[in-house]
Parts: sequence; structure tokens; C-alpha cells
Amino acid sequence: MAVLQYREALRAAMTEEMERDSSVFLMGEEVAEYNGAYKVSEGMLEKFGPKRIIDTPISESGFCGLGVGAAMAGLRPIIEFMTFNFSFVAIDQLINNAAKIRYMSGGQFNIPIVFRGANGAAGQLAATHNTSTESIYATIPGLKVIAPSNPDDAKGLLKSAIRDNNPVIFLESEVMFGWKGEVSDAVDYLIPIGKARIAREGTDVTIVAHSKSHYIAMEVADQLALEGYSAEVIDPRTIRPFDIDTVIESIKKTNRCVIIDESNPFASISSEITYQIQERAFDYLDAPVLRITSKDVPAPYAKNLIEYYMPQAKDAYDACKRVMYVK
Amino acid sequence: MAKQTRKTPAKSPSKATSTTKKAPSRSRAKKVVPEGTFPTSLELNVTFDTYPAGKFTHKDLGLSIDDVLSMYRNMLLQRRFEERAAQMYGKQKIAGFLHLYIGQEAISTGTSTAIKIGLDSIITAYRDHGHGLALGMTANECMAEMFGKVGGCSRGKGGSMHFFSKEKGLFGGHGIVGSHVPVGVGIAFAHKYKEDGGVSIAFYGDGAAGQGSVHEAANLASLYELPSILVVENNHYAMGTAVHRAFAETEFTHHAVGYKMKAALVDGMDVFSVCKAMQDHVALARENKPSMLEIRTYRYRGHSMSDPQKYRTKEELESKKNEDPIIRLKAYILEHKMTSVKALDAIDEDVKDEVLASVEFAENSPVPDLSEIYEHIYDESDYPYLA
Repeated sequence: MAVLQYREALRAAMTEEMERDSSVFLMGEEVAEYNGAYKVSEGMLEKFGPKRIIDTPISESGFCGLGVGAAMAGLRPIIEFMTFNFSFVAIDQLINNAAKIRYMSGGQFNIPIVFRGANGAAGQLAATHNTSTESIYATIPGLKVIAPSNPDDAKGLLKSAIRDNNPVIFLESEVMFGWKGEVSDAVDYLIPIGKARIAREGTDVTIVAHSKSHYIAMEVADQLALEGYSAEVIDPRTIRPFDIDTVIESIKKTNRCVIIDESNPFASISSEITYQIQERAFDYLDAPVLRITSKDVPAPYAKNLIEYYMPQAKDAYDACKRVMYVK
Repeated sequence: MAKQTRKTPAKSPSKATSTTKKAPSRSRAKKVVPEGTFPTSLELNVTFDTYPAGKFTHKDLGLSIDDVLSMYRNMLLQRRFEERAAQMYGKQKIAGFLHLYIGQEAISTGTSTAIKIGLDSIITAYRDHGHGLALGMTANECMAEMFGKVGGCSRGKGGSMHFFSKEKGLFGGHGIVGSHVPVGVGIAFAHKYKEDGGVSIAFYGDGAAGQGSVHEAANLASLYELPSILVVENNHYAMGTAVHRAFAETEFTHHAVGYKMKAALVDGMDVFSVCKAMQDHVALARENKPSMLEIRTYRYRGHSMSDPQKYRTKEELESKKNEDPIIRLKAYILEHKMTSVKALDAIDEDVKDEVLASVEFAENSPVPDLSEIYEHIYDESDYPYLA
């Protein structure tokens, strides 16, 4: 096992897939000569040259559409968004073209493309640079959505995403790019899309949390363990298709569930998971499903306000105690 | 070739120090802050080629008599196919939106004659029947698509606006105005990346020329030196909005100047003018020199079937019908004694039969099985949908 930063794991995945398949290329703002706005693609221009590591102007709609066309014509583009906040100026390309052309053409054209980049809140960046886009993209049939929480998952899932024949939205995190973790040395390390990871086994409450929120879940589980309560922590890793089976099996054991999701709450991933749980495991539940999300407001700038905006470990801890009916 | 020249007057009286915009530099060498003094004036001096109607003969284009007759049949097929489609819409056999190409057939046929079908790529907007039929898609698969039948080119999943044929190089049939133009540039990117020698031609209407995605696409095509042609089919109305009401600059060729692309103006009522323009610009594209064409045309029917057409006068419409590209080509054929009136009538009958047969095919083709609703979304057959 090698210890890699999250960004290094992403770079390793892209590098391996580009070495393996000449139809894979990376395109985005500052990915080449600048070595990546967040240094994810550092050194890749030198390794692969300007034909395959391509800087773009600030034209998300243009280069995302270019990626879709290249994918239709048989290439495998990786399109980097500096952050997914900027995907909104190209959302037509993602939702109307990437997701729907296969269907509209009666299956004639595959769109094997990965749109990847930082997603979610990253501190005092104010309202437009702190959006969690999971639920926006996951609601669209035709897209797959992945949000890994650690370097190992990031590598294994990005490699799978690049090989996937469908458009994949791959959500990373500015905050996590520098975080380190052990990454498998296995050759061709592929983690299947759509499979959750049970990060910690437990019996008293199930906590479901992806991306950065996963670490809140682990912190809460540690705290509960000190008090003698056993939390099972599930990291879905993939948002669409969602591995509801793993969550349901866990709830059959714990009879309780708390979801932590830094998206805004209304019509979010936590809403969907909660719906599916009540449909499939109603008789197993001993308490309502609770969720801890960011506040239902645009992200504020002020330090105290943005900290308050984010999902709080204390709230998640309280929610777990509440569904266990303990004080 | 006729030239159209545009000069932007120098803003400063100091001509001596003005700089003239030269031919586009294709160098991608690193440039730092430009040297020398700040210019006191800038001058723009750009010339555009034009392809007027009546300027080119079939011999200029290297076309045989058989080629010309085949073009005539192809344009007529589009015309009769759409006339029948309009009738079928009235009978509610076709639903949703139906945008007819009638009047614009010289563009599709002129293009398909100039390209290598199967190698080159075409992408267009929702007014796509003409391009599909010009590329050799069958009337059967096209009519069945509009009937919502599995025998349709997109298995009844796309309808009138979403014709696709991987085999013929038609990359759609797209419904969001301007959205497909970057996709067309991406197809050009793939041609260059794969070094397969193909070019990509993206057609869009005058209305789409106001979309940011079109301008981003133009910049990328030029910046990356892609085998790409961006073609404005200027039929003068974006739905009901006349060009002059929507654009500060109504000469669409001038849009290309901002992207250092060659551009030309084409009379879209003469199939030979279109074909010649395409031959020239496809040749440029094969050398990775992207360009833009404005093809002036006219749609004789409404924007869609529900258009009362109050934005134009009957006199305007009638006057344009005198320029009908099919009538023009028919006159040319007879003038050059390529064949007899009788033979042309036989072509007309043959086309009518083909279109009638397509209606029968569409009628008899089964509707998609309900299970088809979950097919062709993802590559996997076992994707877990919510159900």
C-alpha cells in the first residue's frame, strides 16, 4: 500500500488509464501548463504532451460540448471543472447532451466521458463557490454520479469511471485534495461503480455519509463508541446508481438511520435515501430516519456563518442519540 | 469570385501608426506581453468570398449529369417527404414538434454531394429531416421515427427533432438551440485526434448564432485548428424574430472575424453554390483550417406546424418562391438538356412512390414495447432504475 494524497490518487488513476488507452485525454482550465489549478494533473503535460493534456479558455459550455462530441466520435474525454460550481454554465451540455443523446439516438451513440472536479463547500468562498451538486446531477437518468471520500476509493473509482461507457459526474473536493490515505498497489485497481463501502461495522445505528461528510460520521461513531454505542458507518461512494441494498441490510440490523449530507436539504440525496428506506425497510425502523445537512440557505461568507452553515458533528451525534432514544 | 469587403474606419486620425489586422496567425508559440508601443489606432480589413446563385455550373463542380440528376432526386425526396409528413401531422400520425425544411433543400443536398459520406460528420438542429435524407438515410426509417415506431432511425425514441445515423455520420438532430454546435466541434476534435481525415460540419440557424455556446465553439475550433465548418443556415427568421431584430451585426460572416476564421457568404437557393462553397471549405477543413459559412436560404413553411406566420407578408413568401432551389435546378437540367421533361416526371413519380411506401412502412412498423423505455439510457442492460 502506498500513501497518497487524494489528488495524487486521482492523478495516478488518470495516468494509468491514459497509458492503457490512447483514446483517453484530459481537457480543462489550467490542466496543462499551469499543472492544474489544484495540482491534480501536475506533470501530466510533460508526460503525455499537448495533444492529450489540453488547456482550454474559460468556456465551460464550449469545452464540455466538445467533450460530448469527441465521446460520440469514439474518444474517452476526461473534462476537468476547476470546481463544479462552474459546471452550471455548461449544465445544458451535461443534462441535455451527455445524458440524453444515447437515449434519443436509440442507443446508437455511447458517451464515454468523465466530468470531474471539486464539489461542495470549501470554506469562506461565499454563495456561488460552495455548491454541492450531487442531487442536481443524480436526478438525471443517463448520468452516473460518484463522490469518493478517500484516496483509495478516488483511484479505484476514477479508473472505473474512465472505462465506463456512460457519462460520469465525478465529484471531488478542494478540502480533501491534500488529504492522505493508503491506496492499493494492485495492478488495474478498479472499484465497481454503484457499490457502497461499510467503513465501520456496528449494531445500534446506521450512519450514511459520503464525501467529506463521511469523516463527520466516523467522528460521531468514535464518540458514540466511547459511550458504549456501536454505529455502523456506510460510505455510499457512488450516488447514482445508489447502493440501497447495503443500507437496507444495515438497517435490518440496527433499525435506525441517520444521514449526513452537506448538500442543501430540499430535494437532496438525503431526501431520496430516506424515501427509499421507508419504502423498503419501514417495518424494520424503530425511529424516524433523521438527516443532518447544510442549512437551507446560500452559503455565507462570514467565518462563523459558514461554519454554522455546514453539517455539524454535534448535530449528527444528537441525531444518533435521538434515534436510539438515549440521552 | 465576387468579393465582399468590409472596412472598419480607423478610430484615430494618426494613420501612420495604425496597425492592420493580418491573416490569422496559427502559431501557438508562447507569447508574453507584446513588445513595442501601444497602438494609437487599429484597423480591420477583411475580405469574404461569396458564392452567388447562378455563378457555378455542374462542370465547375466536377459533377456528371448523373450526379446532377441524383441531386435533383435527393432534393425532391426531401420536399415530397416533408409535404407528406405535414399531411401526416394533420392526421395526427405524427405528434410533438414538426419543423419543416422546405425551401432549404439545396443546403443539405449541396453539402452531402461535397463530402465523403461515412467518413465526414454532420450535426444539425431540430430541422433535421433534410440533412438525414440527403445523407442517404431511408425515407422509411425517417418516417417511422416520426410515427414513433421501432422501425425509426432512433427506434421511436427521438421523433422529428432527433434523427441520428451513426452509419451515415449524422450525429443528430438536436433540440436545444445552439447546444449542438460545440458537440460538432468535438466531433472535429476527434477526427483530428484520430487522424482519420474526416471533417465535421455543424449546421445551425440564424437564431442559434446568438447563443454563447456557438461563439465558444467557434473560438475553440479556431484555437485548436480543428477540421470544422460552422454553417449558419440563415432563413431570416428565428421562429418569428427577424434577423435584424435579434442581431446587432446581421452579417454572420463577420462573426467569424472575432475568431480568426475564414468565412464566406453563400446563396442557399442554388445547390451548385452550396456545393462549391462546401467543396472549398471541406478542403480547407481537411488541412485543419476551420471556417464559417453563412448560407442565405428561406423556409417556405412556418417555424413549426403551429406557426401562424404573422411576422412576414404573403408577398414576401411568394417572391421567395420564385427562387425555389428545386425549380431552379429543374430549369438548369432542362436548359442544359441533361434529360427530358418526361424523365424528370418519372423521377417525381418515383419519389412520390418512395414517400408513400415510407408512410406504409411507418404504419406497419410496431410501436416500441413498453420495456424499451428502460433501454438505451446506459450501456448496461442491468442498470438499477427506480421503478
